Amino acid sequence: MTERPEASGLARARGGRREEASGLARALTLVLPGAGHMAAGAAVRGGWLLFGWLTLVALAVVARGRIAATFSGGTMEDWVALATLVAMLVLVWVWALRDLLAMGRPADDRGDSQWSIASRRLRGNGLAMTGLGLVVVFYLIALLAPFLAPYDPIAQQDIATTGYLPPGADYWLGTDQFGRDVLSRILYGARISLAIGFVATAISVTLGTLLGALAGYFGGKVDTAVMRFTDMVLAFPRLVLLILIVALFSPGIAVIILVLGLTQWPGTTRIVRGDVLSLREREFVQAARALGLGRARIILRHIVPNVLAPVIVTATLGIGNTIVLEAGLSFLGLGIQAPTPSWGNMVAAGRDNLLGAWWVTTFPGLVIVLVVLAFNLVGDGLRDALDPRLRS
Amino acid sequence: MGAYVLRRLLGAIPLLLGVATLIFFILNLAPGDPASLYLNPNIPADVLAQLRTNLGLDQPVYIRYLKWMVAFFTGDWGYSFAHSRPVADILLEALPNTLMLTGVALVLVFFFGVIIGVYQAVRQHTVTDGALSVASLFFYSMPSFWLALMLMLVFALKAHEWGWPIALPPTGITSVDYDFMSAGEQLRDRLAHLVLPVATLTLALAAGVARYTRGQMLEVVRQDYIRTARAKGLSGRTVIMKHGLRNSLIPVITLLGLYIPFLFSGAVFVEMIFAWPGMGRVIVEAIFQRDYPLVMATSFLFAVMVVIGNLLADVLYAVADPRIRYD
Repeated sequence: MTERPEASGLARARGGRREEASGLARALTLVLPGAGHMAAGAAVRGGWLLFGWLTLVALAVVARGRIAATFSGGTMEDWVALATLVAMLVLVWVWALRDLLAMGRPADDRGDSQWSIASRRLRGNGLAMTGLGLVVVFYLIALLAPFLAPYDPIAQQDIATTGYLPPGADYWLGTDQFGRDVLSRILYGARISLAIGFVATAISVTLGTLLGALAGYFGGKVDTAVMRFTDMVLAFPRLVLLILIVALFSPGIAVIILVLGLTQWPGTTRIVRGDVLSLREREFVQAARALGLGRARIILRHIVPNVLAPVIVTATLGIGNTIVLEAGLSFLGLGIQAPTPSWGNMVAAGRDNLLGAWWVTTFPGLVIVLVVLAFNLVGDGLRDALDPRLRS
Repeated sequence: MGAYVLRRLLGAIPLLLGVATLIFFILNLAPGDPASLYLNPNIPADVLAQLRTNLGLDQPVYIRYLKWMVAFFTGDWGYSFAHSRPVADILLEALPNTLMLTGVALVLVFFFGVIIGVYQAVRQHTVTDGALSVASLFFYSMPSFWLALMLMLVFALKAHEWGWPIALPPTGITSVDYDFMSAGEQLRDRLAHLVLPVATLTLALAAGVARYTRGQMLEVVRQDYIRTARAKGLSGRTVIMKHGLRNSLIPVITLLGLYIPFLFSGAVFVEMIFAWPGMGRVIVEAIFQRDYPLVMATSFLFAVMVVIGNLLADVLYAVADPRIRYD
């Protein structure tokens, strides 16, 4: 087999080609993903795969009672957790096998796109990858909460005997005023924070990109109108606006998502507009216009893909920001209502007995910091990888 | 410069009118009205109707809007429903407290932020730089309400319990026995009450300034004129302080304008938690009590302060950088 010289050069640039895995390694991987990699000499990657696989299997064994109960009348969230668990097991298994079989094959010699260059840069950034790992773990925790939580997050126990227990062997992170396990509530609370962060940011980024693209592409009156409105929203402390709207329109998860999504777009709009202003004068846009393409098509197919890099960065950093804001609203009693756990209302609940039961407030807050930190690390890494211009 | 400031001030008028309109319609589109505060079975329907008439709630929205606008901009901010006092009086009490809190915090945020950022840039790739980077990202990611509670827990409540020599007061703006203190003690008492709220705002926001300053400084240090300054034999300190810092501070000034809304948002939590009688507390309580006149006046005042802050930042920008001309 002859390889083109530039192809092998690329393969070297990507960390070299690994030796083909032996038959024994392949057979091992069928039973124990990761073990094959170790036999074939890729110890680090194998170790991680093995760790992931064993953790998932251990979880399935520990939670076997809960899994069995799912089949005899489980709730929606039990089924989601079960589906996640199965999907993760299949994913790790398939990925390990494919990766092992890919060993020894010549590296892909297609040209590098903007995205493959960025993904290589991102993978080289240790802090960003740690952040990404944390984000994935938190999303898994949110989905698997019913199998992970040692206690029911909502059911109150005998307050006289289990209220305000300090962290210990039975309750790792202590219990709150009503004897509910803080750890379990944190695990369930992850769903609220992460879901709201994701959906609200998706709304705001879509809206911001479209408004910015419209303002930048059409200019003139459209631009003036959109940007003056943006200035108006920015001239207002966002928290006050959020409190105002949520308090007046009775708090609920839909209202909170909408309000967070509908107040965060100005930042994206400004960035996108600036980029579009210069993009619309470029030759490829003129060419598209000369070909007689419609405005909607030019904007959506030719302009928007070119501003996606800064948009993705703002979105990642925006998720962290949204999670903090949602927690803040819950803290003021305007977010998710008791007894449903959310990190913000847990911090607020601990306020009543801060000195006597510090753990009720401290741990949910620490988790918020950790999640937001993870999103910020990923966002910083993405910015460095995608768009060095944005580096601050 | 004078013409520029004037033009910006004129440009702010439609902006503020827009903000006022927005607040008015959000308030009036919301279900429920202030009279529902008094809603209870003991109040007969006709009394409630009379109450609505007295509060002007029986008129159509656009009439109320016009009336409110005219009154508001002729200096009549109306009566607070919940406090039964003129709105202007309440705000005059709260405004100085908020300005003191945010003003002190703003100065400290930029002072510490710039110092830490420059220090990191000069010592790039050292352990200290890495540690400070992680620390600032950590504080940058922290919700200010949690930070406030943690500071209160350790430096006020636990410090008291453990008998630390300095236990700070957990809440309030002055002690209960403030009126019986001598002038010196009064000053000390005020400062002690200021420490924790200001520390919360400073820690949360200085981290962002430090991150930005570090980036700017690293950018500037790479420029040709820095190399020239070194080549002609200037000391490292002079190069950094006179050539590097001055040029990297210019973009940092724009942060000033951007940070003012964040500062006020942070102040809302800090004032709620530390029982600081400022505008953040006033507006949150007013929103919960559906105290329309107070909500509208307070949020308008917030917007005015943000606009002034942005203008100030732009003017400072021009002063610091002679290349920028606003004509």
